[in-house]
Amino acid sequence: MTQASLGQSVVQKEIQAQNNGVAANVTQTQPLWLLAEVTYRCPLHCAFCYNPTDYDKHTQNELTTEQWIQALRDARRLGALQLGISGGEPLLRDDIEDIVIEAKKLGYYSNLITSGVGLTEKRIQAFKDGGLDHIQLSMHDITEEINNFITNTKTFELKKKVAAMIKNHGYPMVLNVVIHRYNIGHMRQILEMAEALGADYIELANTQYYGWSLVNRSQLMPTKEQIDEAERITNEFREKQGSKMKVFFVVPDYFSDRPKKCMNGWGEVFMIVTANGDVLPCHSARVLPNIEFPNVKDKGLDWVWNDSPAFNKYRGDSWMKEPCRSCAEKEKDLAGCRCQAFMLTGDAEGADPVCSLSPNHHVITRAIEDSRNPVIASQPIIFRNDKNSKAIIAGELHDRVKDFHALP
Amino acid sequence: MSIQLTNIYAIALHHRFQWEEAQNCYVILFPEGMVKLNGGAGEVLNLVDGKRTVTDIVTELKAKFPDAPDLDQDIIGMLELAIEKAWLRQIN
Repeated sequence: MTQASLGQSVVQKEIQAQNNGVAANVTQTQPLWLLAEVTYRCPLHCAFCYNPTDYDKHTQNELTTEQWIQALRDARRLGALQLGISGGEPLLRDDIEDIVIEAKKLGYYSNLITSGVGLTEKRIQAFKDGGLDHIQLSMHDITEEINNFITNTKTFELKKKVAAMIKNHGYPMVLNVVIHRYNIGHMRQILEMAEALGADYIELANTQYYGWSLVNRSQLMPTKEQIDEAERITNEFREKQGSKMKVFFVVPDYFSDRPKKCMNGWGEVFMIVTANGDVLPCHSARVLPNIEFPNVKDKGLDWVWNDSPAFNKYRGDSWMKEPCRSCAEKEKDLAGCRCQAFMLTGDAEGADPVCSLSPNHHVITRAIEDSRNPVIASQPIIFRNDKNSKAIIAGELHDRVKDFHALP
Repeated sequence: MSIQLTNIYAIALHHRFQWEEAQNCYVILFPEGMVKLNGGAGEVLNLVDGKRTVTDIVTELKAKFPDAPDLDQDIIGMLELAIEKAWLRQIN
């Protein structure tokens, strides 16, 4: 799947941005967003996928339709409103229609997050009839070459067809484009493509480095100059284009001085149920040490959200260490991303090393340097596929993950 | 942006306005986002139904909250914000 809701997602920006007439949302005690990662199977093999590199362990033990419906009901009772149906490629399951119908019945605003592979006239009609609210389509580039390269599949023409299908069925056109070294130079053309497709929303999601994208970090990371230029083009486009199309530019945290307020805070608004039923406060939380994540097969979501040690572990700020604990800005970013802190420094309670005040900030500086090192950056991309996942689980690609404190 | 008292608005396409019991407030849901509305804002948008004019909305809310000062301005201000945010569309 794409990186739509990683880190500073749109829902968080909206929540934080509103104040005139709108309640500020500082401490949220109910989940607002349920992300259902219904499968890790995927026909695409994107180099930047944030799914866990060991996903192959979770392709055989997926939740049943009944278990998903129960999870939807339980989360809705807790207050969840936005439902993302994601993966992997959710359309590889044949029960998405049932999930959509139930979501509508329960009053969710539901979103299918898809590569478009597997979307047929028949299925989209069933989704429309069932009450699916919108479809978020991942696009990769304006060129067939880059699309097919970065996804390791021949899907360029198909995506254009699917975009038209979405529009024809009266759905808002919501595009997500993950930005990396190979497409960042095409920003203007990507925006023009979105406009030509009649997009209502486009998210330009600079790659954040989790899962497969962390393994491929040196191969994917653009330069600071490229990012600045991309942002400039985006702003220029926004000004020219007005409010017809909402354009979100997700700033890459490696090039910021301060970390993102990851997931708007641990266990604050997001709840993710993964393919096998593990319940997580963020996409990559399973990399963290000494936490047992509950599974919907054993525990109800009410207990998971309110009482589980996992969801309470990084709520509030009592777990923080210096320099975060006494930092005047700690409420702004809540010390950043726990997964990033652990993966890159080995300390899950430490400051996110993205922060220039972190004693470990050099790991970020070095990663940026590595990405500019022609020898390192020319190592092959490890595409997200079953074969590579099995190899990573077996320890065969050790060299590419040895700098990290857990398997990405 | 000028709001005429005769204007009629509806919730924008692809947006959904609903009461949320768990949050105890009205919300607007749309692709990739949502906003929770505070009490006053929720009351205003709850009357935006594609039939009532701005005058109708002001009249109804004045009847409901007779002691609230400057209600006209607050309502217009809320509608302006909602239009700026593209939560509403004008239908006349």
